[in-house]
Amino acid sequence: MDVNTKVLKKNAFRVTKQRGITASRIRVPGGHLEAKYLSMIQKIADTYGNGTVHITSRQGFEIPGIKYEDMPKVNELLQPIIEGLDINQEVPGQGYSAAGTRNVVACIGNKVCPYACYDTTKFAKRIEKAIFPNDLHFKIALTGCPNDCAKVRMHDFGIMGMTEPRYDRDRCVSCGACVKKCKKKSVAALKAVNYRVQRNEEKCIGCGECVLACPTAAWTRKQEKLYRLTIFGRTGKKNPRMGEDFIKWVDEDSIIKIILNTYDYVKKYIDPEAPGGKEHIGYIVDRTGFEEFKKWALKDVNLPSTAEICTPIYWKGIKY
Amino acid sequence: MGFSFSKEGINNVFKEWSKDYIIYAPKRIIGGGAFSDTDSIRYEKIDTVDEIEFNVKSTFSFKEILLPISQTLFFFTEDEVKEADGPKKGAIIFLRSCDLHAVKRLDEIYLRNGFEDYYYKRIREKGKFILIGCKSAFENCFCVDMNTNKIDAYDASLEPTENGYVMDNKCQDWEELLLNNSLSQDEVNPSYVTETKIHVNIPEGLSIDIAKSKMWDEYDSRCINCGRCNFVCPTCTCFTMQDIFYTDNGKVGERRRVHASCMVDGYTDVAGGSSYRKNNGQRMRFKVLHKIYDYKKRFGYHMCVGCGRCDDICPEYISFSNCINKLEDAIKEVNGNE
Ligand code: SF4
Ligand code: SF4
Repeated sequence: MDVNTKVLKKNAFRVTKQRGITASRIRVPGGHLEAKYLSMIQKIADTYGNGTVHITSRQGFEIPGIKYEDMPKVNELLQPIIEGLDINQEVPGQGYSAAGTRNVVACIGNKVCPYACYDTTKFAKRIEKAIFPNDLHFKIALTGCPNDCAKVRMHDFGIMGMTEPRYDRDRCVSCGACVKKCKKKSVAALKAVNYRVQRNEEKCIGCGECVLACPTAAWTRKQEKLYRLTIFGRTGKKNPRMGEDFIKWVDEDSIIKIILNTYDYVKKYIDPEAPGGKEHIGYIVDRTGFEEFKKWALKDVNLPSTAEICTPIYWKGIKY
Repeated sequence: MGFSFSKEGINNVFKEWSKDYIIYAPKRIIGGGAFSDTDSIRYEKIDTVDEIEFNVKSTFSFKEILLPISQTLFFFTEDEVKEADGPKKGAIIFLRSCDLHAVKRLDEIYLRNGFEDYYYKRIREKGKFILIGCKSAFENCFCVDMNTNKIDAYDASLEPTENGYVMDNKCQDWEELLLNNSLSQDEVNPSYVTETKIHVNIPEGLSIDIAKSKMWDEYDSRCINCGRCNFVCPTCTCFTMQDIFYTDNGKVGERRRVHASCMVDGYTDVAGGSSYRKNNGQRMRFKVLHKIYDYKKRFGYHMCVGCGRCDDICPEYISFSNCINKLEDAIKEVNGNE
């Protein structure tokens, strides 16, 4: 058997432990899809796979037990899924055009969750559109609020929803619910002064607990959607670590531009010897220094006036 | 007399009105809900008819206009007091039948309950009410059972039709203005509902013994004493006083009154630090019986108007109407215990 493993990997198939057998990986940006695609996935698994499907840790599907020679037929059956989920594709009918940049993960967001500050899937899809296909190893995740159910701090780019709370003092009845909630569940950024509530803007993390707690709608959400962007968290063998805050109260457009700029930065500085062309961005930053990264990342970015850049950044993590 | 209007015509009327009145109506506040990307319907000042939300029940009620959530009554220095100014203009308030019935309850408490409340009166006197007809009941409404589904005591009514608006006017001063801006004059009868999905059974033979029933206990754990049910209620009238001393100069300040809730901690606190109703179930009991029992003993009709807002808003899905419907069994329970 002669198969080019480089080509098949780029095509989102996998070299498995079982000789002659591959697995197909389906990306689902933002982790949400119409249920009709499940029956298409089932059909591939039943026809060409071993009748099972694995739900991946990055919210995609992996169909194992596929013979290498069936890859073109699998790609044919993948086509309506790729089109339906609006995945950018270089050659129609030939499956995924890249696999390096991983599926963009998102928690369920404000489609369902009361805490979420925005529609996570919608933003995830917007990011996917901007970055895919790409061979570089980028991991991006979005989460609706600072609870961080999507564990975005374990990603190269972590995006956390923030709500800027607005206070209408004339609707406040001094019940204290917001102050109590913020203290118990969040960062204790509120205090009652003269029967009114004061918010410590530096402390506030934008979780929105005050808005949820207020019985009179004295607290509401500012309509502009803002986020906390964390960078260069990672799992892995060498030095797993949590992502650190890069910019707080930043907007969607800036985040997308920063991610795209980072692709340029990585292209320039990635270790040419990196195994499989894969190197966690954080190691590159360790080499070039944070300032160099920052220079590239913020090139032509028009940050909103709310944005707070955290600099310099030091990462900790586990050293084996 | 009845009138029909084009949008332009009614907006002209609004323009004229706004010389003497501030027009308040239920308005959709985009993104104003507690959850992100959700709206809320609240009473706000409006200028044009498009701003009125005719199709959805408002989350908060009109009462905020007559009885502001937080209202400064006067300012004080060491030896002087200055009354806070009242609104210069009158208020035109758009509201539904149940809410107009609620105005009667507010009047009862603030104008006819032994003395006249000056601050309420000065807004109320200059108030006009425009009835929004209801073509069908909303979820949780039980106005028919509370006899509040219909009302004649409005200044005017307004309802959208397929290609404009129709109004029944009872305010003599407005006749000419309306005549000049209307398309035609025909009889108009405001819509009202005759059927609701929710029904309540307020049993005869309620007595204070009902307080001993076990039915209240489940609310001890279910209710989180947030007070939302009170704050959205068009008939809840409780307030508390706050004296504020300006921080730069501890000797001058202001007195405000602020809505209060019998469900929220602090309501029954007394000097010395104790509090009468600690359990949420007992607070629920107090609230429910006030709405459908003891108010009536005093004034001859129920306080609750059946708008169902308390059910709409409760984050714990506690239904006031469902609670009323447990009373009959509870009476049997307490009578059987004797
Ligand atoms: S929860 Fe709302 S009403 Fe209560 S103190 Fe906070 S802002 Fe005021
Ligand atoms: S009944 Fe519901 S709305 Fe009312 S205080 Fe209890 S939890 Fe809040």
